Amino acid sequence: MKMNKRSFLAGTAATLALVASGAMAASHAEKLKVGFVYVGPIGDGGWTHEHDKGRQAVEAEFGDAVETVFVESVPEGPDAERVMTQMALGGAKLIFTTSFGYMDPTINVAKKFPDVKFEHATGYKTAPNVGTYSARFYEGRAVQGTIAGRLTKSNVVGYIGSYPIPEVIRGINSAYIHAKKVNPDVTFKIVWAFTWFDPAKEADAAKVLIEQGADVILQHTDSTAPQAAAEAAGNVYTFGQASDMAEFAPKPRVSSIIDNWGPYYIKQTKAVMDGTWVSEMTWDGIGAGMVGIGEITDAVPADVKAEALALKDSIASGAYHPFTGPLKKQDGSDWLAAGETADDGTLAGMNFYVEGIEGSIPQ
Amino acid sequence: MDLSAINPVLLIASLMVAATPILLAGIGELVTERAGVLNLGVEGMMITGAICGFAAAVITGSPLLGFVAAALGGAMLSLLFAFLTQYALANQVASGLALTLFGLGLSALLGQGYVGIKPPATPRIDIPFLTDLPVVGRILFGHDLMVYFGIALVAAVWAFLRYSRAGLILRAVGESHDAAHALGYKVRRVRVLAIMFGGACAGLGGAYVSLIRVPQWTEGMTAGAGWIALALVVFASWKPWRVLLGAYLFGGVTVLQLNLQAAGLAIPVEYLSMSPYLITILVLVIMSADKSRAPAALGRIFHAAQ
Amino acid sequence: MLRLEKRRQPSRGWAWATPLLAVLATLVFGGLLFAALGKDPLVALQTIFYDPLLGEHAFFYRPQLLVKAAPLILIATGLSLGFRAGIWNIGAEGQYIIGAICGAGCGLAFYPMEGWFIFPLMVICGALGGFLWAMIPALLKVRFGTNEILVSLMLVYVAEQLLASVSLGLLKNPQGFGFPGSRNLQQYDSAHNAEIFAGTGMHWGVATALIAVIFGYILLNRHLLGFHIRLTGEAPRAARFAGVIPARLVVFCLGVGGALAGLAGLFEVSGPAGQVSIDFNAGYGFTAIIVAFLGRLHPVGILLAGLLMALTYIGGEIAQSTLGLPAAAIQVFQGMLLFFLLAVDVLTNYRLRFGGRVKA
Repeated sequence: MKMNKRSFLAGTAATLALVASGAMAASHAEKLKVGFVYVGPIGDGGWTHEHDKGRQAVEAEFGDAVETVFVESVPEGPDAERVMTQMALGGAKLIFTTSFGYMDPTINVAKKFPDVKFEHATGYKTAPNVGTYSARFYEGRAVQGTIAGRLTKSNVVGYIGSYPIPEVIRGINSAYIHAKKVNPDVTFKIVWAFTWFDPAKEADAAKVLIEQGADVILQHTDSTAPQAAAEAAGNVYTFGQASDMAEFAPKPRVSSIIDNWGPYYIKQTKAVMDGTWVSEMTWDGIGAGMVGIGEITDAVPADVKAEALALKDSIASGAYHPFTGPLKKQDGSDWLAAGETADDGTLAGMNFYVEGIEGSIPQ
Repeated sequence: MDLSAINPVLLIASLMVAATPILLAGIGELVTERAGVLNLGVEGMMITGAICGFAAAVITGSPLLGFVAAALGGAMLSLLFAFLTQYALANQVASGLALTLFGLGLSALLGQGYVGIKPPATPRIDIPFLTDLPVVGRILFGHDLMVYFGIALVAAVWAFLRYSRAGLILRAVGESHDAAHALGYKVRRVRVLAIMFGGACAGLGGAYVSLIRVPQWTEGMTAGAGWIALALVVFASWKPWRVLLGAYLFGGVTVLQLNLQAAGLAIPVEYLSMSPYLITILVLVIMSADKSRAPAALGRIFHAAQ
Repeated sequence: MLRLEKRRQPSRGWAWATPLLAVLATLVFGGLLFAALGKDPLVALQTIFYDPLLGEHAFFYRPQLLVKAAPLILIATGLSLGFRAGIWNIGAEGQYIIGAICGAGCGLAFYPMEGWFIFPLMVICGALGGFLWAMIPALLKVRFGTNEILVSLMLVYVAEQLLASVSLGLLKNPQGFGFPGSRNLQQYDSAHNAEIFAGTGMHWGVATALIAVIFGYILLNRHLLGFHIRLTGEAPRAARFAGVIPARLVVFCLGVGGALAGLAGLFEVSGPAGQVSIDFNAGYGFTAIIVAFLGRLHPVGILLAGLLMALTYIGGEIAQSTLGLPAAAIQVFQGMLLFFLLAVDVLTNYRLRFGGRVKA
């Protein structure tokens, strides 16, 4: 990463800031202040909601030993930078920044506060006091794909994506590979909503997929709108996303992928308390508990459920990697040889479909 | 690519549902604008209606009461705008924008306890024989009541504006408030009522999103539908039936592009998404050639000089 | 019975007193709101209004006020010219976006070359982008008489779609691992709109905003064109007799508004924000309309209104993190402030009279 010489010019402010934050720290010597910066409102029922549950888990775990603060609906860019600085000035010693777009702001602020630890979600830039964390949602997608491939009667699985970014593409590939494995006739219909958040549009997308013959819907958007559309349509299966969406169980929602940030937040908070925190790029999955698989309901036949749980266990134990060769890319070129597993670098920047998926990724 | 996967009957049926929120909000705003008032706060009134309706439906267990509460909530909020613009003579553009900001915040505060709750279901009408008719059955007879209510409201507004004396007065107030005032009409009262009607309709539109179309409560869930409703009124050149047409067109573009995507057609989504707005501009240009334009007093402040 | 009587001249005294009255009313009702949410109202109000200015960490917030207020002031100053003349450009958000895309696009076209000329060229492209985007409603109005309020508003949505498109396509950072968004201009020295004096928050956008305020003041008060603008707004017929050509005024007002909004976008994207991304626009274009009216369409008023607005944003964030107030409460509070400011303005132009009108 190229260093930016101009950012060092902000020295005056930084020095003053350090003095101030030092003073703050002294007055709250025993209580660790942990800050959270959220991109959406905590009432979004999805991404931010789950991060806030993680924050509450930290409070529950440490009680009076910690104080958590948060600011919601912070736009990416200068506003985020200001909020982080304000938290650091206010005495926070650990700050979680929970959106990809906070990456550069986090790095900028971290330079000014070397003794404050920062944890940035889903990014790829680190610094001595900035670590990153992200979840291997594609592991959960493998489980979903297996169930979807077994459940579908029409052999059409619908997939609602937000924006065509590596995270979403990874999920599509993982789900497809495992659906195909158990059901060679399966095809995927993929619809891009081109929005992070528009429940009405998600409902439309789900309806369109159902009308075009899909009887299983996977979603990479956070609202329950597709669940309701599936319920109204009748014989359609869905999976919860971000949160468990248990209010739609046992059917249409037959399982879910849950963002479970609590254990990680607790672990990192503990590390800061103990002085053992180090900058890491954490990418945890089912094994570490960052990706939760919601209860598989009885709407799923027992043998399929057993198969899915077995897959989940083998992924959790590390015995199996969802991207294991032989795999080809969509254009027919070789990607992974037999037995070879994908490296994290390729996965992180994944911008291609695997062989068999129809359609192209919008540019 | 498989275009045969698109079922035109289902496409039309779902675009009718997709169009209903903006149709409701649009027809309300049309009445407001025909009275000469430009209320840019539609988004704020919609989201307020969405939470009022959702909360009332959850508490009482009745979607119908939910819609009533939504209409009341929207109308109450619009009273703020009415006070500012009609009594304090504040600028309508600024007041409308402030109303949206306020409504978004207020709805989020009101909705704090309602995240993750499922509202009572609104039944779809199902007439044994008619709904099973091929093609028309699904399009004409297979919806929830609000879809029909929206269409009926368009007809009612059309008849009201065209045939009733009150409609004539409303239009007169919108064309020239000074002349209407000179004729002895209560300009301010007419406008306040028109604003409240607009607020109630926007509230209904918002509740349609939170109670039927999604159904769920999340902050900011109307996601800009209020702004589309504003565009819709312009597109319709302030004529009720054209609001219906426009709503189906706007709703149709969204549903159609999702359909094309699902059928495997590589389409530039962004460009398709901007097309309704470009079409609206085109309509505006064409319209400005003939003289059936915006209400002449639109957005102007009325103060009876005494 | 209470009624209003138009003043012959707007009252100077009330023009100053009304904003204070509005702030006072907001303090009272905002305090009630915070109390209803279970927070100490005095502490909450102190956190929002006092802490950013004079509190412990004010050394950080004061420059931030400038950073937050600058785009608002810059856009609002441009808009106010048109508003004065009865020309309603409410699409500044779109012009802001297009300015940012054009300016950033121009800079990125040179990447990784370094050169002193790159930033000035970006500034020109940014202004030009906003200008051209505003020319669409301007020319449609001049040529066809099309309503500029609605065209400029429609173009906001078109601009937002374009923004999503370039973030995912044309301007996407090739080294960004496939994530949407352009390269960060803060890390490209020739294109970086850095602080002119370190630690002051003073970047080129702030400087330009201040210059725009000064020019706006001179234009409106000391220049024939400004007189024409005011005359057109107050008495369009008289203006025509005075030799004002309406078409030229439309093009001028929308053009200046668009160019300043474009500049605001460019300075934001190359400085504080750093990159073009899908959610780059944070509603400055719409908030600026409110700022313009809060400032009574007067350049100095706009300067103060922009700072006040920025204060509520920054103070609101502090209140969120230190007191746990929800973001929604801050939004409602801001809404209240706007309502009161808009409502009390009536006292400047009208006199309150008690008692019913004598029947004629």
